[in-house]
Amino acid sequence: MFGAELQLTLLLLLPGFGALVIACVPSSKIHWLRGTALFFTSITFLYSLLFFTHFDSGAETMQFVQKVPWLNVGVLHIHYHVGMDGISLFLVILTTFLMPLAILASWGIEKKIRPYMFFMLLLEVGMIGVFVSLDLILFYLFWETTLIPMYFLIGIWGGERRVYAAVKFFIYTMAGSLLMLAAILTLYFFNEAQNFDLLEITQRLSLNQVILPFPVELLLFLAFFLAFAIKVPLFPFHTWLPDAHVEAPTAASVILAGVLLKMGTYGLLRFCLPLFPRASAALAPAISLLAIVGIIYGALVALVQTDVKKLVAYSSVSHMGFVVLGIFAFNHQSIEGATFQMLSHGLSTGALFLLVGMLYDRRHTHLIQDFGGLAHVMPRLAALFMVIMLSSIGLPGLNGFVGEFLILQGTFLENAGRAAFAASGLVLSAIYMLWVYQRIFMGAVQNDQNRTLADLNVRETVILVPIVLLVVWMGLYPGTFLRRMDTSVQKVVDRIEQVREPQIYRVEYRGH
Amino acid sequence: MDINYTAVLPEIILSLVGISIMLLTPFVPRERQTHLGYLALAGLVLAFFGVAMGWGQTDLAFFEMIFQDDFGQFCKTFFLFVSTVILLISMNYLEQEKLFQGEFFALLLFATVGMLFMTTSADLIMTFVGLEVLSISTYILAGFKERERKSSEAAWKYFLLGAFSTAFLLYGIAFVYGATGSTKYSKIAEAIQASPDYSLILLVGVGLMLVGFGFKVSLAPFHAWTPDVYEGAPIPIMALLAVASKGAALLALARILYQVLPDLSQQWQTILWPSAVLTMAIGNIAALTQSNIKRMLAYSSIAHAGYLLVGLTAHNSLGTQGILFYLVAYALMTLGALTVVQIVGRREEQYTTIEDYNGLGYRYPFLGIALSVFLISLAGIPATAGFMGKLFVFSAAVQSQMYGLVVIALVTSAIGIYYYLRVIVSMYMGEFKKEEIPITISMPMRIILTLMVLGTLYLGILPGILLNLAEEAASF
Repeated sequence: MFGAELQLTLLLLLPGFGALVIACVPSSKIHWLRGTALFFTSITFLYSLLFFTHFDSGAETMQFVQKVPWLNVGVLHIHYHVGMDGISLFLVILTTFLMPLAILASWGIEKKIRPYMFFMLLLEVGMIGVFVSLDLILFYLFWETTLIPMYFLIGIWGGERRVYAAVKFFIYTMAGSLLMLAAILTLYFFNEAQNFDLLEITQRLSLNQVILPFPVELLLFLAFFLAFAIKVPLFPFHTWLPDAHVEAPTAASVILAGVLLKMGTYGLLRFCLPLFPRASAALAPAISLLAIVGIIYGALVALVQTDVKKLVAYSSVSHMGFVVLGIFAFNHQSIEGATFQMLSHGLSTGALFLLVGMLYDRRHTHLIQDFGGLAHVMPRLAALFMVIMLSSIGLPGLNGFVGEFLILQGTFLENAGRAAFAASGLVLSAIYMLWVYQRIFMGAVQNDQNRTLADLNVRETVILVPIVLLVVWMGLYPGTFLRRMDTSVQKVVDRIEQVREPQIYRVEYRGH
Repeated sequence: MDINYTAVLPEIILSLVGISIMLLTPFVPRERQTHLGYLALAGLVLAFFGVAMGWGQTDLAFFEMIFQDDFGQFCKTFFLFVSTVILLISMNYLEQEKLFQGEFFALLLFATVGMLFMTTSADLIMTFVGLEVLSISTYILAGFKERERKSSEAAWKYFLLGAFSTAFLLYGIAFVYGATGSTKYSKIAEAIQASPDYSLILLVGVGLMLVGFGFKVSLAPFHAWTPDVYEGAPIPIMALLAVASKGAALLALARILYQVLPDLSQQWQTILWPSAVLTMAIGNIAALTQSNIKRMLAYSSIAHAGYLLVGLTAHNSLGTQGILFYLVAYALMTLGALTVVQIVGRREEQYTTIEDYNGLGYRYPFLGIALSVFLISLAGIPATAGFMGKLFVFSAAVQSQMYGLVVIALVTSAIGIYYYLRVIVSMYMGEFKKEEIPITISMPMRIILTLMVLGTLYLGILPGILLNLAEEAASF
């Protein structure tokens, strides 16, 4: 790799440059527009793999760091500071991996392709930026940047109630993040070093060079937490999600579920825990309770859905509850499991939305009752759906199992009761997933319209197969991923341990 | 201490050009009177050179009536820039409305002179004179479409309420004079410092002055005139009121509060704090229900006055920089948005409801993108000037530990996002109706809009240059 400093910047610039190129292609050249978008997202993905291969899993510090002053005015010092650790590495790769697939899944978009592709690439810049920025203001900037493209993607290319869903999505997330901005500014003035550098602030806090009085810490934590909780979305802040998902075009749903929700849990891990460990520890029981309510509630609501896209959306609420639960159990297994679960949820839910989108392309309906017996008509789609569905349920051997198992194991060490309740979510998820699979794919074909549906074409197969392969790989050999997360996860755990009372039953656990 | 002509050179140039336009008007055929706008433009350009000549000098000029300092130069440059843009928009507007009256340009220049005097004045009398020059010009300009009822109504409303509020200001000045024995900024400040047990007369005087300025800045509870007047006034004049007149009053107030009354900061902060909260809340909430885009932008301008007031109330150097930066950002996005509103309004401002914007983004992509950028910036979303402005004024308030104020400001700006988005929604997600009159965008308008879009984005990504200028200007 070249120019050690510029590696991550280049990763940010690639899709940005692609967006500019797309803005210059005439809007009538549909194939060119699609091709350009696919080209840029693909090379971004290939380039991001270099980070995977060059990543030093033993390193304690951030890697591929670049830090230059961006704004130095009066007392405000803002830096362009980017870097990567074991947690952000995989989220970045998840983003770059899902993007080309999402572009491929957008072949069906026929109106206004140029702005569509432009917004997709802009969204990619924002998402990568969120995962690599280490300056609070820079983070906030990228965080908000992701809002606008997603808002337009839902609002212009969405379903019937698209405008309502888009505005709801925007207002919810914006309201949360504005409070985060207030907290960022307050934190800044408490930290007399006068910069917004996450690493520096964390270090000063942990060395007690800066002392946040506990009530202040609590308020700041809540402000950050609210922004992230809305994004995750944690019960009871989830109401925007089903609307947004149902109305969004397939590719936007994939990105929304696959990556945007992870920004919330990533934020919890990267900001809430290291910056405000005492407040995190104090509120952990309450947050875990919300997470468990979300797991069970999401699953129960998913159970009664008649709309398969809404079902997947509610299953997201349930699965993301596991991630939050894992994060707030504060031990190595649970946090590593949460990080792993972020990836596997990104893959399997992304894939589920793709599959639902493919069904929709053929039948123009999301209602479960309109399907039935599709396995006879589309054996390939049914088979792939089966694999993804099983991964979502958490079948051993596929990716979903690893994350959920680690989370439950970690949570059990922290508090057995929580783990017991959360585990019931697994049972429920098996019920609603298997049941929906049964209603869509099993039995005899009832509806005549379903008899003539075409099976997966080459493009669709190309989209799904890489995901399925990855799902199996992550399930069979999670070490590839877990090994690289170890050090970074341990750092988060150590930071929390610093302020917590030692507990007898906590088991020291490292390595795989 | 003598008459330092370079300190008032821009004002002299503008006044002379204004007077000559007045004199020339009767001799120019009616349909060619818009050409007098070029003369006014030349005057403004010359005035820029006038500012440049005095750049960097610090002095008290014109018998200690005028400050020549970095803050003043910054303000002058800003108002000249704003007036230039408004002039260019008006020339287009007058041509389109067939309002051939050269006096328009003269009044615009006089209004500019008023703004320059207000923000550089070193004496309360001078401030008052500047404010009156500005006010009287704008009273006339607001009713410039005299045959239209709404425009006349706007002019009358503005005039009556404006005259009333000016009386408050004058009354306040009289009280302050009574308490301190002078109208000179420096003398008042000395007098206040010398006797820290502030008399009731002084406090009443300051309060009355705040009322007078509050009216011009349209701070709640003195904002009620704003939507009616803005809606009735011709669009370029709405821009003048919303950006230049508001800005001038705010900067003049900033100078008085920071330079003359810093010792009273606790007192004026207690008054301004609730006013800022009210202003932001009323502006943002009332804008939610507007169906006319001019009224919506009028309420939005009230809301932005509230954000500026947050920076003003903070009373620290970051706040002053923040205000200056915010004003420039606000000017770019408001002028830009109003330019688009004017182009879309077409002849006689027929199309000014938000519904008229349905599908506009596809039919006229250029206007759609431009207006989206301005609205996104007004909403304060990152990568635009509006976000940076908010960041600076709000951080200033955090630095002064006004957490409550900042939280309210953030909540109200979250509410604000909704109505800005509504326009974008109708532009890109609404159904396009068949239009009776096609929109024409002249080349100069295209160039101005492009520049303002680029400016808004540039300040949003690299605000450094303007901030450094503001930093110099903020050190009184």
